[in-house]
Amino acid sequence: MDDARSAPIRVLIAKPGLDGHDRGAKVLARGLRDEGFEVIYTGLRQTPEMIVDAAEQEDVDVIGMSILSGAHMALLPRVVELSRSRGMDDVLIAAGGIIPDADVAKLKAAGIGEVFGPGTSIGQIAGYFREHARRRA
Amino acid sequence: MADLSGLLRGAVAGERLALARLLTAIENDAPGMRELLPELFAAGKGGHLVGITGPPGSGKSTLVNALTQEFRSRGLRVGVVAVDPSSPYTGGAIMGDRIRMMEHAADRDVFMRSMASRGELGGIAAATWMAAAALDAAGYDPILLETVGAGQSEVEVARLAETTVVVEVPEMGDEVQAIKAGLLEVADLLVVNKGDRPGAALAARHLRAMLSTAGGRVGRKPPPILLTTATTGDGVPALADAIEAHRSVARSPDAATARARNQVRRALGDLALRRAGASSTWEATIESVASRQLDPITAAERLLGEEGKA
Repeated sequence: MDDARSAPIRVLIAKPGLDGHDRGAKVLARGLRDEGFEVIYTGLRQTPEMIVDAAEQEDVDVIGMSILSGAHMALLPRVVELSRSRGMDDVLIAAGGIIPDADVAKLKAAGIGEVFGPGTSIGQIAGYFREHARRRA
Repeated sequence: MADLSGLLRGAVAGERLALARLLTAIENDAPGMRELLPELFAAGKGGHLVGITGPPGSGKSTLVNALTQEFRSRGLRVGVVAVDPSSPYTGGAIMGDRIRMMEHAADRDVFMRSMASRGELGGIAAATWMAAAALDAAGYDPILLETVGAGQSEVEVARLAETTVVVEVPEMGDEVQAIKAGLLEVADLLVVNKGDRPGAALAARHLRAMLSTAGGRVGRKPPPILLTTATTGDGVPALADAIEAHRSVARSPDAATARARNQVRRALGDLALRRAGASSTWEATIESVASRQLDPITAAERLLGEEGKA
């Protein structure tokens, strides 16, 4: 059903953990807005539980998390786990920030769809979301 | 196609994901939504629908957060619909009302949904009343409807909400602003927020003086004027009291009839537009008006197949 896709894709942008650097998250939120997405920005210092609770109420198609603190292995897989346990099996979960290559494979194995590092363009992220976000009926 | 009736049953039974997906179906006008409407309407439990409006930056989100906390402390289950503007160019939107609400994210008795206005004027999305009906069916009471930052004329929310709270700030302007027509006129409760700023009490006094004598609110008493500081919670319990006290006023037969009249009027307008928009002669008729061969009213009658009948 192609016309279902005419509804904007809803994306939650969150900053998990104790990391006060949100310039990237805000630039991305703004960029995605310009690409026609509906972006829900939750602000700083979110626990995985808060992120999943917000994603559930907002029924987003994508959860995007920006993390620069190094705590990604502790926080990101937990968001995937909680989402799946709530029945949100079809929500795309992606991450961006400073994440070592060695951890990228582990995060993907844990259910993170893609990890975007420094130098990624907004267009690449928007394209990835468009291609992989669920199709709504 | 999603089983909308099943989603509604799930929402009524307290399943949050079902409610969330029902709200998405409402926003997207999903196939089958029209057929679900009577069931959705009938499932309502009579939750108090409270509109919160005011100019951008007046503190609506912070006040909604403070009110949510206050109503929760009174044992009430709070539903929130917060509307933010969509870009007229790309259709995209950034919704930031959750930033101030995240402390309630894990509270199972608070449900908040952000909605993009998707091109609708008047500070609320077209689907807002249906979203409010869904929260009502799920047992939330009160339901707070936060509009986009409104200017002087965005009064649409007052046609929908039972109680309309208009939030202003001390710097709102002089006494003449207070007697202009528009947003202030639709207030059932008028709040001067940021009450800790210099001049706040004076602004409240100006409003009180002007609105107590101003005409325009035919048959209605001037609205109570309350001073709040949403960031500290000062004045918020009194505002919550005033909202609860207004519930019975809003439910008088006259007020209910006036709201129903406005809602049917609006639905009628939307229906006419949808029907006419589906007409095969739509574009040609518009072109005839553009080239001045036809006047707009005859064009509208023609599109509705009503020419000569009116």
